[in-house]
Amino acid sequence: MITQGKHSGSLLTQSARTKKRNAAETRFKAYGIAAIAVSLLMLLVLVTTIVSKGLGAYQQTFITLQVELLEKKIDKKGNRILADIKKVSTFGYAPLIKSAVTAKVEELGIETGLKSKQLVGLLSKGAAAQLRDFVINNPDRIGDTVEFRFLASSRVDGYLKGRVHRDSIANDKNISPAQLDLVDALMAAGVIEKTFNIDFIIGADASDQRPEAAGMGVAMLGSLSMMMVVLALALPIGVGASIYLEEFAPKNWITDIIEVNISNLAAVPSIVFGILGLAVFINYMHLPMSAPLVGGLVLTLMTLPTIIISTRAALSAVPPSIRDAALGIGASRMQAVFHHVLPLAAPGILTGTILGLAQALGETAPLLLIGMVGFIASNAPDSIASGLMSPNSAMPAQIYEWAKRADPAFYERAWGGIILLLLFLVTMNTVAVILRRRFERRW
Amino acid sequence: MSFVKLSASALAIAAVSATAASARDQVQVAGSSTVLPYASIVAEAFGENFDFPTPVVESGGSSAGLKRFCDGVGENTIDVANASRAIKDNEIAKCAENGVTDIIEVRIGYDGIVFASDIQGNSFEFTPTDWFLALSNEVLVDGTMVANTAKTWADVNANFPAQPIQAFVPGTKHGTREVFEDKVILAGCEATGAFDVLLATAEGDTAKAKKKAAEKACISLRTDGRSVDIDGDYTETLARIESNKDGIGVFGLAFYENNTDKLQVATMSGIVPSTESISTGEYPVSRPLFFYVKKAHIGVIPGLKEYTEFFVADEVAGPDGPLAEYGLVSDPELEKTQEAVSEEAIMGGNS
Repeated sequence: MITQGKHSGSLLTQSARTKKRNAAETRFKAYGIAAIAVSLLMLLVLVTTIVSKGLGAYQQTFITLQVELLEKKIDKKGNRILADIKKVSTFGYAPLIKSAVTAKVEELGIETGLKSKQLVGLLSKGAAAQLRDFVINNPDRIGDTVEFRFLASSRVDGYLKGRVHRDSIANDKNISPAQLDLVDALMAAGVIEKTFNIDFIIGADASDQRPEAAGMGVAMLGSLSMMMVVLALALPIGVGASIYLEEFAPKNWITDIIEVNISNLAAVPSIVFGILGLAVFINYMHLPMSAPLVGGLVLTLMTLPTIIISTRAALSAVPPSIRDAALGIGASRMQAVFHHVLPLAAPGILTGTILGLAQALGETAPLLLIGMVGFIASNAPDSIASGLMSPNSAMPAQIYEWAKRADPAFYERAWGGIILLLLFLVTMNTVAVILRRRFERRW
Repeated sequence: MSFVKLSASALAIAAVSATAASARDQVQVAGSSTVLPYASIVAEAFGENFDFPTPVVESGGSSAGLKRFCDGVGENTIDVANASRAIKDNEIAKCAENGVTDIIEVRIGYDGIVFASDIQGNSFEFTPTDWFLALSNEVLVDGTMVANTAKTWADVNANFPAQPIQAFVPGTKHGTREVFEDKVILAGCEATGAFDVLLATAEGDTAKAKKKAAEKACISLRTDGRSVDIDGDYTETLARIESNKDGIGVFGLAFYENNTDKLQVATMSGIVPSTESISTGEYPVSRPLFFYVKKAHIGVIPGLKEYTEFFVADEVAGPDGPLAEYGLVSDPELEKTQEAVSEEAIMGGNS
């Protein structure tokens, strides 16, 4: 029956109230799209900033020189005994480099009024060390002329990358316009070239004077060692605790308190764990300072609650019918858990663990307190034990350290390090997603 | 799953067994972030030239470093503390309490403190008086101390442009702050006569206490936002100046020399800061840099003595060495330091 009156109307023509409701819905959709657009834009800005600022770190400027390994400079006794060769410090190798640069400039016939000290200024301060290492490893080459590929100094590198301009170096005592002219000439002659720099990915940290030589590799090993410790400790402890709490523990006020506290621990700021680590692991247990083992222990404490919470969620997502079926055909509770529930919950547990590890990987604050920030990642560990025990840094700590240093060239490397760290995190998260997709069971 | 279990337990065993065999074979250093660049340059060169591993250098500030230094003797304490100021008596007492008695003090050179602003902005020629008048909480007007109301640099000194006063000074945890207070603000306080007025009205039982109270009143900076404490590093000060072009910051000389494309330096009492003008003593705002070595660790930690000697060697800390190249003002009395180091002369002189 159609009621006549003020509520009447056709379904085909919209009443004012319907219009209003529809308009509200359209508006809401627009807000949603705007919100997504804004966050996408933010992400885009972030990624482009990181990539544009950090990509430079993966390329480095090299200078190729022929160095004559003069016997009278580096092996005065001429007996090729390693102990005697080692007595010549890197300072003793500086004259060889000086004459090599001068010879190169003369050979190419480049007119320059620069003194030999300024010529050497084009090279990294690490060039002498590179030379000395070569001689110590190949004492039989003393007396020969050997071709070396030296790193260029950070200013020259910055000039090729557009960070250093002629008008920005007016007060710079490390580089002069005349030196840049020489760089241009050497570049035309093919002596200076900019190529991919693998040492940034596999190398060690370098001192404040040699940003061009600094690399992320040792800090990456430090992060890796810490992650091994976290995985080895947090996974068994976390899974064990969750299985007991979820499957065996009686539900009473004690377990309630434990549960609440685990949730609270997950929200504790990481710096608190750092202070705890300093007090317990270093001051009380006398573990070594700056060691990835201690860093791993601290991060384990931080990751445990995350793993316990996600494991419990995964366990409780397994339908009770599976437990009941197992128990019904005579399995013990432990058999039911380990033969049936745990394998089904494994994908969820692994996902939670990987996400916990990814969170731990990016953590810097606790590492400040246990001595993993500074000029540390310069000795590459030679075994798993030394990887755990000898001082090392971690990727985020290394980035923080570089961002603090005075030379702007380190700033570029900090951004380059961020790219590496993000790649690590994206890889870990992708693995987590793939595992979940592949093994997840729905009921 | 069993593979995960197996590898997890294997790793745990490896970790535990590694703990048992832990003899430290590298020198461990911590302390001032001003000394950190120099220490890292030396550590790197040390690792290259000797058969010892590269020493580990942490930062964290002079006070934090000395505190860890004084924690005790043993492998899990640091061997060397870097400091941008001399160790204090109460720190020596704390050290002695924890068994750290024989301390070798090594002065490595001098560090200049400069005032720098954005390269596009106005240039300044400061005197300590200008800084006192600009940043002090109270200034002397007609014989009495009144609250500081200066808004622009022109209010402070008629020769300056009318640029708003905005200073970024190191926070109180930095050793640099002390030098800034002593050599700039206090000097300005004395030059304007404010110090005498404050001394006359200062409370205290003895002349010494009065002087201390007056000095404390002198160096209290205004809190109305014209002077901002920077607790982070110089990079933070630089970022502040880049976002606020009126800002003038306090930097170390080495930091300025690495960022000459963004900063211009102000003169102090007519002298341009440089390693030369600081070494001759013309540029007034500088301070000595130190590191402290535990004598008890020499011979126990491999390479400690060699590191210490290498640090002050002519080719490293001398006027033509890498440290001077980076911005350290080399010590004219380096030879004395070298002698003291090779004799392992401890503080107090009764070695």
